[in-house]
Amino acid sequence: MSYIPGQPVTAVVQRIEICKLRQGEHLILGFSIGGGIDQDPGQNPYSEDKSDKGIYVTRITPKGPAGVAGLKTGDKIMQVNGWDMTMVTHDQARKRLTKKNEDVVRLLVTRRSLEDAVKHSMSGYPKQ
Amino acid sequence: MDTESTYSGYSYYSGRSRGSHRHGERSRDRHKSRSKDSRSEKSVTINAPPSEPLLGDSTNGGEEVQDDNWGETTTAVTGTSEHSLSQEDIVQITKDLEESVGLDCRRYFTLTLAVVLGLLVFLTPLAFLVLPHLLWPEKLQSCGTACEGLFISVAFKQLILLLAVWALFFRPPRTGLPRVFVFRALLAVLVLLFVVSYWLFYSIRILDSQDENYQGIVQYAVSLVDALLFIHYLAIVLLELRQLQPCFSVCVTRSTDGETRHYNLGQLSIQRAALAILKNYYRDFSIHNPALLTASKTRAAKHLAGLKVYNVDSELPAAPADGPGNNAPASLAHSQSRAMIAVAARHRDTSHNALYYEEAEHERRVRKRKARLVVAVEEAFTHIKRMQEEGQKKSQGDVMDHREAAQAIFPSMARALQKYLRTTKQQHCHSMESIQQHLAFCITNNMTPKAFLESYLTPGPTLQYSRDCWLARQWTLTSEASVTSGLKHGTVLLLKCLDFSLVVTTKRIPYIQISEEYVDPKSHKFVLRQQSETSV
Repeated sequence: MSYIPGQPVTAVVQRIEICKLRQGEHLILGFSIGGGIDQDPGQNPYSEDKSDKGIYVTRITPKGPAGVAGLKTGDKIMQVNGWDMTMVTHDQARKRLTKKNEDVVRLLVTRRSLEDAVKHSMSGYPKQ
Repeated sequence: MDTESTYSGYSYYSGRSRGSHRHGERSRDRHKSRSKDSRSEKSVTINAPPSEPLLGDSTNGGEEVQDDNWGETTTAVTGTSEHSLSQEDIVQITKDLEESVGLDCRRYFTLTLAVVLGLLVFLTPLAFLVLPHLLWPEKLQSCGTACEGLFISVAFKQLILLLAVWALFFRPPRTGLPRVFVFRALLAVLVLLFVVSYWLFYSIRILDSQDENYQGIVQYAVSLVDALLFIHYLAIVLLELRQLQPCFSVCVTRSTDGETRHYNLGQLSIQRAALAILKNYYRDFSIHNPALLTASKTRAAKHLAGLKVYNVDSELPAAPADGPGNNAPASLAHSQSRAMIAVAARHRDTSHNALYYEEAEHERRVRKRKARLVVAVEEAFTHIKRMQEEGQKKSQGDVMDHREAAQAIFPSMARALQKYLRTTKQQHCHSMESIQQHLAFCITNNMTPKAFLESYLTPGPTLQYSRDCWLARQWTLTSEASVTSGLKHGTVLLLKCLDFSLVVTTKRIPYIQISEEYVDPKSHKFVLRQQSETSV
């Protein structure tokens, strides 16, 4: 999940669709995010590369919309509704996720297990 | 041994040393004083059983005759024997040596030499100036103001030289060193040579030819005084300034209790370094208290008393039966010591346990006594109040001066203080008179009880106590290098006193290289490192 500056970032992602839940006058998604380009990447417990300034999922309410949709803690959010999340500030990320006129957010998340699974499955076949 | 044998004249060093061969161990136990010699309170006790009879035959070089009846055949040499010297006699002889004529002679000799040289140096320029007037007054050209100016300068420079020489060389010495000051001797020789060469030139060039140019003669005398002042400057640098730059770091350890200090010294000769160290010793090291060392000695004695090595074979094998080398006594000694070490290792020694509990107990006792003492002293001090002014009414009781006041409140704290001093084994350092004096002093200077107690709670430097409990008066310098040679890295000295010795090791202060780094004041900028977590 580390990147080389100047090279395109590739990752194996999973599409997660979360329907926002209405609680009072707020629409909540049921998870917490951490990270951002204005934050200190060294304190992120979930990132593999401690210079990764992406947005990570730090907590999930178990029965909330995100948990139901399949989001896991430690996931790195790559896109939200088509908007890139790899190079945003913390506040920009929050704003993208909490737009009042959207009921559904479609995330592209990546995690280590996805990469491993793909590698596993690919190594079984000989190169053609 | 029932008989307390004192013998110090002999020292037998056999080929192998038994485990505890402590010759001449001095113990200050009062109750062991010899009945014959009432002067002394010290006795020399020998702790190791000598393995050969003292006055017997030890014809076979290093080998010993194993005799289990050594107790009967050993002759105890007491103080009345014609060959022996008691410890008191040895001390007396050393004292006599100090006051003997030999050393005085040396001191007076150097003093007279210095005075003669000083007079020679002082009078030479005057002689140079006066002799032409005496010997050929008619032929001399009179010189005017130039000469007068030179006369004045000669006079003042002579005065300065006089004062300076007195300040550097003739002040009364407060120390006595074993060997001569090398630098002083060298400087004296240099000055002598210098003056002699000036006289030589003077006699040949001026006296013989009877020079008429008086101004030249006066300038000659002025040049002599100038050169002498420069030599004096050299003397200042060599004797005073050279040792001020710290160059070596010495580590001074007291041999009895291991108290260690470090000092920085400059380039000194070994004897002057020893002098500097001793001056610092009296200020920095706490007073040597032999009573605190008895505990470890008894422990050591118990270690050794627990093990005794007996050789079952009554005589040594003539030919070496087995063993690594061909020397039977050495291998026997080796095996014996190895056996002792092995047994000691296996023996489940509980002395560490005893030490731990004993120390904890002692600590508790000291703290309890200290608490009682502090309370007693504080209470005693509340009974005294300084009278504010003369006119205050005397109805408050008698007016006392400080000594009487001290005597008045002393009894209430005396018991607690004495018990505390006994527990910390300091009672021989403080006499009742000194305690009362100190109390009077503290009262006069408005000191608090805590300030009064400070000198009793912690052992202070040696200078604080009266001279008779110093135990450190006469010092002997021992060193492998000559004592007039300079300090070097790795020099080891020993400063021996009667009871203990100071071990001094020298290390050179390393070459310090400092480089600079410029810090722009505007470069101090900071960022905030955050890690916020937002729930969405």
